[in-house]
Amino acid sequence: MQTSENKTSAMRALWINIQKAPVRFLNAVFRHDWPNTDRTRSQAVFSNFFLHIHSTRIHERSLRFWSTCGLGIASLCAFIVLVVTGVLLMIYYNPSTELAYQSIKNIHFVVPTGRFIRNIHRWAAHLMVIFVLLHMVRVFYTNSYKNNREFNWLVGLALLVLTLGLSFTGYLLPWDQLAYWAITIGANIAQSPRELTDALGITQMIDLGGLQKQILLGADTVGQEALTRFYLLHVMVLPLVMSMLIGLHLWHIRKDGGLARPIEETDEKPARLLTGQEVTFQPSPTKTYGLMALVKGKTPAVDKGNENTVSTWPNAFYAEMAVFMMTCAICVLLSIWMDAPLKELANPVRPENPAKAPWYFLGLQELVSYSAFMGGIGIPTIVLIGLALLPFIDNSPEHQGLWIAGKGQKRVMMQSVLFGTLVVLSLLAFTIRFGWLRDWFPSISQIIITFVNPGTILIGLFMLWSLWMAQRHNSIRIGGIAIFTCLVVAFLILTYFATVHRGPNWDFYWRMSEWPTH
Amino acid sequence: MNDITRKPQPICRRDFLGQIATCACATALGLATVGMARLPFPAVIPGESSKVKIGHPADFPKGEGLWIAATKAFVFRDNEGFFVISGICTHLGCIVAQDPKGFHCPCHGSAFGNRGEVTKGPAPSALPWLEISLASDGQLIVDTQKVIPMGTKLKV
Repeated sequence: MQTSENKTSAMRALWINIQKAPVRFLNAVFRHDWPNTDRTRSQAVFSNFFLHIHSTRIHERSLRFWSTCGLGIASLCAFIVLVVTGVLLMIYYNPSTELAYQSIKNIHFVVPTGRFIRNIHRWAAHLMVIFVLLHMVRVFYTNSYKNNREFNWLVGLALLVLTLGLSFTGYLLPWDQLAYWAITIGANIAQSPRELTDALGITQMIDLGGLQKQILLGADTVGQEALTRFYLLHVMVLPLVMSMLIGLHLWHIRKDGGLARPIEETDEKPARLLTGQEVTFQPSPTKTYGLMALVKGKTPAVDKGNENTVSTWPNAFYAEMAVFMMTCAICVLLSIWMDAPLKELANPVRPENPAKAPWYFLGLQELVSYSAFMGGIGIPTIVLIGLALLPFIDNSPEHQGLWIAGKGQKRVMMQSVLFGTLVVLSLLAFTIRFGWLRDWFPSISQIIITFVNPGTILIGLFMLWSLWMAQRHNSIRIGGIAIFTCLVVAFLILTYFATVHRGPNWDFYWRMSEWPTH
Repeated sequence: MNDITRKPQPICRRDFLGQIATCACATALGLATVGMARLPFPAVIPGESSKVKIGHPADFPKGEGLWIAATKAFVFRDNEGFFVISGICTHLGCIVAQDPKGFHCPCHGSAFGNRGEVTKGPAPSALPWLEISLASDGQLIVDTQKVIPMGTKLKV
């Protein structure tokens, strides 16, 4: 009797448990109900692995468009789009010199949606480079790289280099003429320290250039070994490192006290939330911060009360969602508008003429046409070291989070735009009209050209200009603004110039229609 | 503040062993990394043989250089003999083209004279002259890896 009763109740329990299983499953995953109050939403952000990279509350100021222009998130979104489309392309792509070009053609003409996905991948790559560069420009001009944020600025620089590295390695994979010759040039730039060691006569002892080319190509010329290595770097090594550094970069924003904002700002104006409400924030002196004793560095200023924070869910999430959809939309529209290029199959004995790198390297290619070592390695290294040292040299804490807000800064920026434009244009005009040292002294030693060429003169003039400005205004930050602005201007002009005005044989042409046909 | 003044304590055995173990691990991993970094540098450079047979001396007329794709070089014959000038630009590795004045590179505008010497542009050095010799079967043979001094010619 008793056993049968037990049986029925066990059966009942089983039935009830089966009914409850979905709810229990959800509870096991989320551990709370659908969050619909500020408190539960904060809790949700705090306890969710994927969301906890956000702080639970965010300063209202950080959500304003002009604080960030959404550029960091947009870079991340482009990266996500690239990972997804990249994995899709890997299904059909074949990294062998015999099949690579055919498989890209397959993707383009045969694979369902293949052309569209490849276009998106290509455009998202361009967009990511643009977003990352603009993001750096934003962080610089809003003075957001100091006061505990020095290390994150360095991580950001590493991410910039990785972004360019991913673009460069991806460039070879289609194995067409454009790819082959751009990578041949790139690999020889890696070898170009020989220009210096040859001139000094020490290549026999230490051949840094040769080693760099060897590890990049695995051979003397671009071939199967190079394709294997570039593929490995492009689909695995660099994306892995990139993902880790992106995580570090985002985590550090939070640990460094959120997005930079002016310390001096104490407005009590009602804030407009993304949901449309107007909210006035009241001081909350009764708040307690139990765990804060354990946290070093920036913690919320408890006694001030004027925190002007809103909950991350949904305010920041809406903003992020908007940026993500915007990025996707731009990619899709560009992909419909224009196909990713595919030239003829790679031909190792006939270079493309002109053989141009992707646009973001064209400024460097212009410098490379003066000296391979200085343009390809020397000047980029100097610029990167300068950018890395920036937050340690310039640590004035005023006006963080505000666009070029200090006294005289806007003026110096405009002057630097003018100065940079003038210097770059006149050097270009001079070089095209009169040539350079070798045209006047044909037997001149290479080492002189390596160190005295339009590229190095440009950098030298920028440094002098920056020092003069810093001294005149008695401010290191102004010196920084002067040189950074000059570099941005030089990058833009050189990129434009090499894209539009350089034709076959790297000769100067006013218009592409003037290029000789053959 | 505290009336118990602490004497500097000698490091205890447990801590000492722990630190030694950490150092040993770090050294082992560091050396392993150095060892692993050796792998990507190829021991053998892959590629076709650098020695290429290009044909019998009689096949080459005097005058303009003949482009031989397999060697990526131009073969010349004049009254003094044969010589080979590499067609790989010393700037960034593009293939140069011949013109009446010598050679020019399509990539960054380097120009070279008839003997391969730099006349214009960013190329850091002259186009190298490659070794050419006569094989036992009477054919000319070019070694693309062997650079010889400018002006050395093969008399046949």
